[in-house]
Amino acid sequence: MTRAIQVVTCVAMVFFLFSSAENGNTTELTGSATLEGRLFPHSPAYQNQKDQNGSLALVAELYQGFPSGSSAIISPFVRFDSSDPQRTHFDFRELNFFYLGESWELTTGISRVYWGATEFVHLVDIINQADLVESLDGEDKLGQPMLHLAVIRDWGVVEGFLLPYFRERTFPGKNGRLRGPLVTDTSQAIYESGAGQHHIDIAARYSCTIGMCDLGISQFIGTGREPTLITGTNISGEHVLIPYYPQISQTGIDLQMADGEWLWKGEAIYRSGQSRSFAAATIGFEYTMYGLFRSAMDLGMIGEYIFDDRDETVSTPYDNDLMAGLRWTWNDVDDTNLLVGIIKDLENPSLILTLEGSRRLGESAKVEVTAVFFAETSENDPVYFFRDDDFIKVEIIIYF
Amino acid sequence: MMNRNNCRQRRRAKKLYLVAALLPVFFCLPCFTCLAADTDDMGYRIAREADRRASGFGDFTAEMEMILRNRQGRESHRRIRIRAMETENDGDKSLTIFDSPADVKGTALLTHSHKSGDDDQWLYLPALKRVKRISSRNKSGAFMGSEFSYEDLGSLEIEKYTYKYLGEDSLNGHDCFMLERYPKDKKNSGYSRIVSWLDQDEYRLWKEEYYDKRKRLLKTLTLGDYQRYLKTIWRVRFMHMVNHQTGKETDLIWSNFFFRTRLSSKDFNKNSLKRAR
Repeated sequence: MTRAIQVVTCVAMVFFLFSSAENGNTTELTGSATLEGRLFPHSPAYQNQKDQNGSLALVAELYQGFPSGSSAIISPFVRFDSSDPQRTHFDFRELNFFYLGESWELTTGISRVYWGATEFVHLVDIINQADLVESLDGEDKLGQPMLHLAVIRDWGVVEGFLLPYFRERTFPGKNGRLRGPLVTDTSQAIYESGAGQHHIDIAARYSCTIGMCDLGISQFIGTGREPTLITGTNISGEHVLIPYYPQISQTGIDLQMADGEWLWKGEAIYRSGQSRSFAAATIGFEYTMYGLFRSAMDLGMIGEYIFDDRDETVSTPYDNDLMAGLRWTWNDVDDTNLLVGIIKDLENPSLILTLEGSRRLGESAKVEVTAVFFAETSENDPVYFFRDDDFIKVEIIIYF
Repeated sequence: MMNRNNCRQRRRAKKLYLVAALLPVFFCLPCFTCLAADTDDMGYRIAREADRRASGFGDFTAEMEMILRNRQGRESHRRIRIRAMETENDGDKSLTIFDSPADVKGTALLTHSHKSGDDDQWLYLPALKRVKRISSRNKSGAFMGSEFSYEDLGSLEIEKYTYKYLGEDSLNGHDCFMLERYPKDKKNSGYSRIVSWLDQDEYRLWKEEYYDKRKRLLKTLTLGDYQRYLKTIWRVRFMHMVNHQTGKETDLIWSNFFFRTRLSSKDFNKNSLKRAR
């Protein structure tokens, strides 16, 4: 199966590279370079961790569009990190051929797919593995090899996925911050399936729009993206965490609805196969006040609540948490905006404060500032591991 | 020109006032309302005729460049592409694709406008490959930091306003109708009223004045460089908006219009939003 997809993709790529001279085709090469500096003001909780890191990330995208609407894309990504070798990594975010039919679409190769509606926690989104060393929020994803068919009808979109190769989650290494006392040794990853990374996962999704409501129902059967971390030892005899990827079945539902200035969002999952079966749900709203104080500025308020019925031994810090955010948009020429967030656990004192701001610099650069403060960390909460990991991150992105 | 119009309006208002004052109260009231109804009707009929003449294009694609200029004259550029189609009994469907500045490249906006009620809008964020439903109530908000708001650029559905005919005026050598429109959605619109100049020959818009909610003059739009397509459809290629309260300006330069490009509703769904380039 993997071989078949590789062959199809290779043939498509060759076709794409040699056909670029034809009429009506569009070829585009774009990309960006991100210079990142992260500063951790507190001394680390665990040995070997560094107080700051500098890092450079490069992403390029070569796109070839055909007059028929079909296209091919190659998008490599690489990061070099000064202090954590596990953060220095390469990935194909995309490398696929997309075929556009009359009322269907087929993607073959490495691609990214997003499912979901809420802003803080992404429960339903399961096709792509989280590139956790990139960011804590799990919004950065690794490219996933797939065969993805979408059939588009008036009554909705039906999608089927064949996922022939599993991508392991990335974890910070020995020198990296934002980890627990034990380093996760990804080289020892174990699988419930005898096929290991070659287990063929399948997924299906139905989505539709009913009035002002967007609804999605999805089913995934295969290797769980979120590993269970078990203790073990590495080759040097040190205690480490070993990711265990079980075979799971996950049913998801996501909903977004616009009602005037209000946006309502919700996601829920039911997962079985990973210890005992459990359910988790998140619901929330976004309300925006436009033209604040008779200016061009907008102020958006975000409120979300998550409940996860797993017990505390599991890796999620979000078991019964309330999240609130204020999004301030200047609507100026430089697109200045600021998002201040707070995540409060309702069962223990844990409290996380986040701040994200960005602003354009000239016509082809941007600056982003992210700060996370683990203001209160309860020993009963996985965020306890991050108690000394408050950080400020500054990124300068240059587009080309 | 502005002064002359103002004078004319004031003179007409004075005349009406005099007529009203001279008439007995029981007669004056119905007369006044019927006079108002006449100008309302005339205003609506002009707007409807302009709408009729601007429609029937089926679908089109076009490119647009925005030049934003602040009070100090510092310029900033944006490039976008637009695809739109008319629908049978409802508002237009459109897809807006952002090409520059570089950080928003690939972002796309899908709008299903409706003759009544809120429009449906979805935003595609390429970095996350995410389609996000957004609130279409943001009518008064600045479009990409420019002096054009969403309601200035959105599909103009005549049902969303009430109208009043103000009279005739001459502008750039064109004999124009002057009419005033008032947004029905008073809460979300940024305007109390909009005064428009349309030429009497082709019902093309040449100038608009936007008054803020405190009834002060906020912006003036001037239009030019009209080109005729499909024999009957006139399309503006240059728009200039000045904000009198901030001194900022925005130019819109339209180019590469193509009509009847066989776009269909399949090109305006959430899947087409994801693959829009």
